[in-house]
Amino acid sequence: MPVFYGTEIASPLMLGTAQYPSPAVLAEAFHRSGAGVVTVSLRREAAGGDGQGFWDLIRGLGIPVLPNTAGCHSAHEAVTTAHMAREIFGTDWIKLEVIGHADTLQPDPFELVEAARILCADGFKVFPYTTEDGILGGRLLDAGCEVLMPWGAPIGTGLGLNNVYGLRTLRAQFPEVPMVIDAGLGLPSQAAQAMELGFDAVLLNTAVAKAGDPAAMAEGFARALEAGRLARSADPMEPRDMAAPSTPVLGLAVLE
Amino acid sequence: MKIILNGAPTDIAATDLATALDELGYGQARVATAVNETFVPTAARAQHALAEGDRLEILAPRQGG
Repeated sequence: MPVFYGTEIASPLMLGTAQYPSPAVLAEAFHRSGAGVVTVSLRREAAGGDGQGFWDLIRGLGIPVLPNTAGCHSAHEAVTTAHMAREIFGTDWIKLEVIGHADTLQPDPFELVEAARILCADGFKVFPYTTEDGILGGRLLDAGCEVLMPWGAPIGTGLGLNNVYGLRTLRAQFPEVPMVIDAGLGLPSQAAQAMELGFDAVLLNTAVAKAGDPAAMAEGFARALEAGRLARSADPMEPRDMAAPSTPVLGLAVLE
Repeated sequence: MKIILNGAPTDIAATDLATALDELGYGQARVATAVNETFVPTAARAQHALAEGDRLEILAPRQGG
């Protein structure tokens, strides 16, 4: 199973907590899938708000918590949010999101590297939401990140792995670095493909939460991830352009 | 004095952050605070003086992806 900053997680499924029909459905999705990590965020709280109730639900899942900096558009915003998350969630893990464009939700690579540098120097264990760009990946590793989380496709699109070549190249460029496909997945088959490409885990939310039956979809993702992991470890055959019969030609009857 | 609490103008009598949280009804709520875009840890709230026009953000655990 994947190891992030020395911690082995029980499943390659990292699951978000937003957009579920109810807290009960959320909990069922986590229990049925056996997700290995739960992602959360911080938002403004009114006096008497239910932040504590949500936190009790999350703690009850009994799996590592990965707070995010979703919605931040600058390194300063992300760093401040990370500090607030560290205090409130009691973890130095942080999913670092620094968004560069409101429509694509594409990471801002310049602000992302700056925030990663500051946070890693301050003892955070940074999980950067990034693209498949290998130069950017290298800069994030130089900044102190020990995990990379390239997007499959823009957040919430469900388009799957948009740039398989780029992701395969990134995987090959840093073979020892744990990598998570973060965002853009819509179907379990896409998660299986990520694992077949050699990625260590996937992080998703909308594909499960917005499914008609979130718990069933979460279980579907968990099974697909296991299938993909097994396929990767089984050393798949090389694809070829021309057909090659699998049934022996030797001994074929002559019936013309 | 008037401060900006989570984006809304708010009048408070307190002059430090810890007292302000009590006055505003947060009590022992699980929240994190920032004043003027700078994180203020729980342990530093009592020593953190507030001034007219300060921007106070109070955040709590929420759903996220």
